[in-house]
Amino acid sequence: MPENIAFEIQQILPDVILCFFGVFILLAGPFVGKAKQSSLGILGLAGIVAASLATANLVGNDGTYFTGMIIVDHFSIFFRFTFLLISGLTILSSLDYLRRQNINLSEYHSLILFATVGMNLMAASNELIMVFLGLETLSISSYILLGVKRTDPKSNESALKYFLLGSFSSAFLLYGIALAYGATKTTNLELIAKHILSGSADMRLVYIAMGLMFVGFGFKVATAPFHVWTPDVYEGAPTPVTAFMSVGPKAAGFAIFFRVFLVAFPTTYEKWLVLAWASAVLTMTLGNVVAIVQNNIKRMLAYSSIAHAGYILVAFVSGRDDGVAAVLFYTLAMNIGAFTIVALISRENEQKISIDDYAGIGFKQPLLASSLSLFLLSLAGIPLTAGFAGKFFIFRAAIESHFIWLAVVGVINSVVSVYYYLRIIVIMYMKELPEDYVPVSISPGVAVVLWLATFGILQLGIYPDFVISLARVSVLNHH
Amino acid sequence: MENSLLTIVTFLPLAGAVLLLTLPKDNFKLIRVLALVIATTTFLLSLFLFFYFDVLTPRMQFEQLATWIPSLGANYHVGIDGISLFLVLLTTFLTPITVLSSFNSVDRHAKEYFICMLLLETGMLGVFIALDLFLFYVFWEVMLVPMYFLIGVWGGERRIYAAVKFFLYTMAGSVLMLVAIIALYFFNGGTTFDFSTILSNLQTGRLTLTATEQSWLFLAFFVAFAIKVPLFPLHTWLPDAHVEAPTAGSVILAGVLLKMGTYGMVRFCLPLFPEATLEWAPWVNLLAIIGIIYGALVAMVQPDIKKLVAYSSVSHLGFVVLGIFCFNQQGIEGAIYQMLNHGISTGALFLIVGMIYDRRHTRLIEEFGGLATPLPVFSTFFMIVTLSSMGLPLLNGFVGEFLILLGAFKANVTYTVLAASGIILSAVYMLWMYQRVVFGKVKHERNKVLPDLSLREKLILVPITLLIIWMGVYSQSFLRKMDSSVNELLRSFQSTAVVFKK
Repeated sequence: MPENIAFEIQQILPDVILCFFGVFILLAGPFVGKAKQSSLGILGLAGIVAASLATANLVGNDGTYFTGMIIVDHFSIFFRFTFLLISGLTILSSLDYLRRQNINLSEYHSLILFATVGMNLMAASNELIMVFLGLETLSISSYILLGVKRTDPKSNESALKYFLLGSFSSAFLLYGIALAYGATKTTNLELIAKHILSGSADMRLVYIAMGLMFVGFGFKVATAPFHVWTPDVYEGAPTPVTAFMSVGPKAAGFAIFFRVFLVAFPTTYEKWLVLAWASAVLTMTLGNVVAIVQNNIKRMLAYSSIAHAGYILVAFVSGRDDGVAAVLFYTLAMNIGAFTIVALISRENEQKISIDDYAGIGFKQPLLASSLSLFLLSLAGIPLTAGFAGKFFIFRAAIESHFIWLAVVGVINSVVSVYYYLRIIVIMYMKELPEDYVPVSISPGVAVVLWLATFGILQLGIYPDFVISLARVSVLNHH
Repeated sequence: MENSLLTIVTFLPLAGAVLLLTLPKDNFKLIRVLALVIATTTFLLSLFLFFYFDVLTPRMQFEQLATWIPSLGANYHVGIDGISLFLVLLTTFLTPITVLSSFNSVDRHAKEYFICMLLLETGMLGVFIALDLFLFYVFWEVMLVPMYFLIGVWGGERRIYAAVKFFLYTMAGSVLMLVAIIALYFFNGGTTFDFSTILSNLQTGRLTLTATEQSWLFLAFFVAFAIKVPLFPLHTWLPDAHVEAPTAGSVILAGVLLKMGTYGMVRFCLPLFPEATLEWAPWVNLLAIIGIIYGALVAMVQPDIKKLVAYSSVSHLGFVVLGIFCFNQQGIEGAIYQMLNHGISTGALFLIVGMIYDRRHTRLIEEFGGLATPLPVFSTFFMIVTLSSMGLPLLNGFVGEFLILLGAFKANVTYTVLAASGIILSAVYMLWMYQRVVFGKVKHERNKVLPDLSLREKLILVPITLLIIWMGVYSQSFLRKMDSSVNELLRSFQSTAVVFKK
């Protein structure tokens, strides 16, 4: 029935819009002069705004579409908005960066839009094949994005490494999906759960499938011991792409991680709980401890984001996802904010990315330094910042589920993390400014990103009620 | 007005800090005068709390309750009783003095410096007035940030080490307290962080904790507080932080921050976990006594005056902890009184050390000697403060120490004897230091020409000296206001304790 198809397409309208803008930017690229490349970015932003409006239109359309492949629920809508926000901020902070670094690739903006489509589909998929399709759309776009600095060997290394390891992990995931299908004869998440519950599934295959998927997803969200690619990839990538990678694919990975495990395998909970908490402890501890010894700020933030994946796993272990949305939301603001500043300070060709390059800028560049300090304090989880609210939720979830020891490990980890976050603040405010320091100017795009991030962090930190209720509503409907 | 008075007092410095933020950086004079005006106004406003305080009721006064994060059950709930009243006043009293004391000693980034001071004041006041565990924790942690900057940016040579150590130590203790707060929240049904509600649920038996649960919760709270006090052997951050902090930072650290630990013990440990408190009291007292004697002995051999005063804090705060864990009226009132005394006397000592440092840029005892001749006024003030810190009768220190020993005597004679030896030791190290710095011949030529106290410096020391004498001669005007709150605390504590002993 044609009306029906039109109605179904409406459920993926945001993605259709993004694809349309993406292709349009690709086509328009050759006709736009070098000097006007940023107009393509503005076009990308317009696409994101349009997609946001279409997403808002999804509210209330709860249900599954396309023969159960796509689901619309609060969870997916919340994540769709999150991804759109991430991409919007990334494009905003890239405009200035691309100009500075002389990167004139019109594909850049369309790739970000395509990656967003991938993430959106991941959050909205109700079915394992769809999960894989979304993941690959995202991954392929990000392989290219990581390598957009074609003449920089580090950027090439980053892209190649992510490509090789990413394909490898996709294979794990795909194999897991195949086994899950073999065991239950379906790829629909709810039907899988039903088959397992009715006892008609081969449980040995199910366990192996779960293990393989855990590896595949673990790789995407960078939990230990599948995190080893993260520092190299983050370090070599163009900084705005690093910012994007540290929040976008990660949030999408977690969204689908939660959806698959909580919806498809809820009854086999105990079996993978050990896996999950062991990985959580390892991820937090490893990320924080290794971050201490980093001198490159991008690598340090990479390890910090590994540690944060560990915190989110704590919530996963608790079987509660109401804190997760909040945490993803706050890491979003902090990471994009912090990396935007890193991109600014790094200058041409990303020369200055050592922590020592921040010496003394505290009183010289007050806006940059104070907002970076705020982001770092927030990452460290100091009250009245979003980071505290996020960690509070996670540890609360752990304690509520009687994982008090896991919460204790978590809070001790957060003390360890304070050390390396403070280190940057120490260097900014308590060391002397080198005499040849040339101040960097802040472009309007960057200023918007910084103000938005600052506002978000303080809003969530001082009056978190709004986001909490949002996150409550967006809880995954699982049984 | 009366309901929001506490809120106004607490957040006025914050508003002032925001105001300072908008001022141009180079107008140094305006910035410091404005900071002083804000801090003084805060103090004057806080005097209303003192005069309108009702001595008869043990209940919270000037209470204000507003919802903050309804989905969590965290409220903005503030109020003071006889225990917190004086700590609030101590904070508002010391802040303008420290602001005045830093008028000339801040040589760079003055604007940020005074902003940090004012933010710190709001944070400290918040800790003392919060009646919601979530709110308390927020203030408790947030206050670290301005203090960290004060030490790290404007401190001495090893300031970065000291600042980071200070931050990490306190944070390590407090995150465990956070876990305990959340655990307590869930034991109580997971609906509210309100301290009074949880407390009344405990007292009426609607919330019962097993002995093990109490013990763990107590320890998590207690360790956070003990680090702040600091109780031996958790004190190692203190000498570093005190010595490296700028004068005003040291005054605030010693004067107010350390009291947050002892205040936390009185406010939270005793009423929330009476049985665990009793169970652990012998160990706590043991550590307190070790701290008294150890701090005094280490203070004795310090070549640096500031370090000497820092270690004397370890000793004095040992007294306070001992007083609290005697569980009788004399002990606890003495402990609160001693918190104030220590804040005033040690604060004054740090100010005096700062004044001498401004003149000579050294704090080593051997660099001085015979200062009485070139600096007679300075030496007189120094003498009064030294005697007050030692606990000479008719000065404030005596009242507190005497009450604590009285309380300790009721509880355990051995404690009293050991603790009293700490008083003797304190006389030794204080007088010996004073003698080497002030008496005798002027050893160094440079010291002969030092200028005596300026008007500004006298203005700083005079109010402190008056308070020292007032608190020593007519202590009743203070103790009277603590009575009913302390009595109520002990009444509910002892009713549990009796059950426990059976």
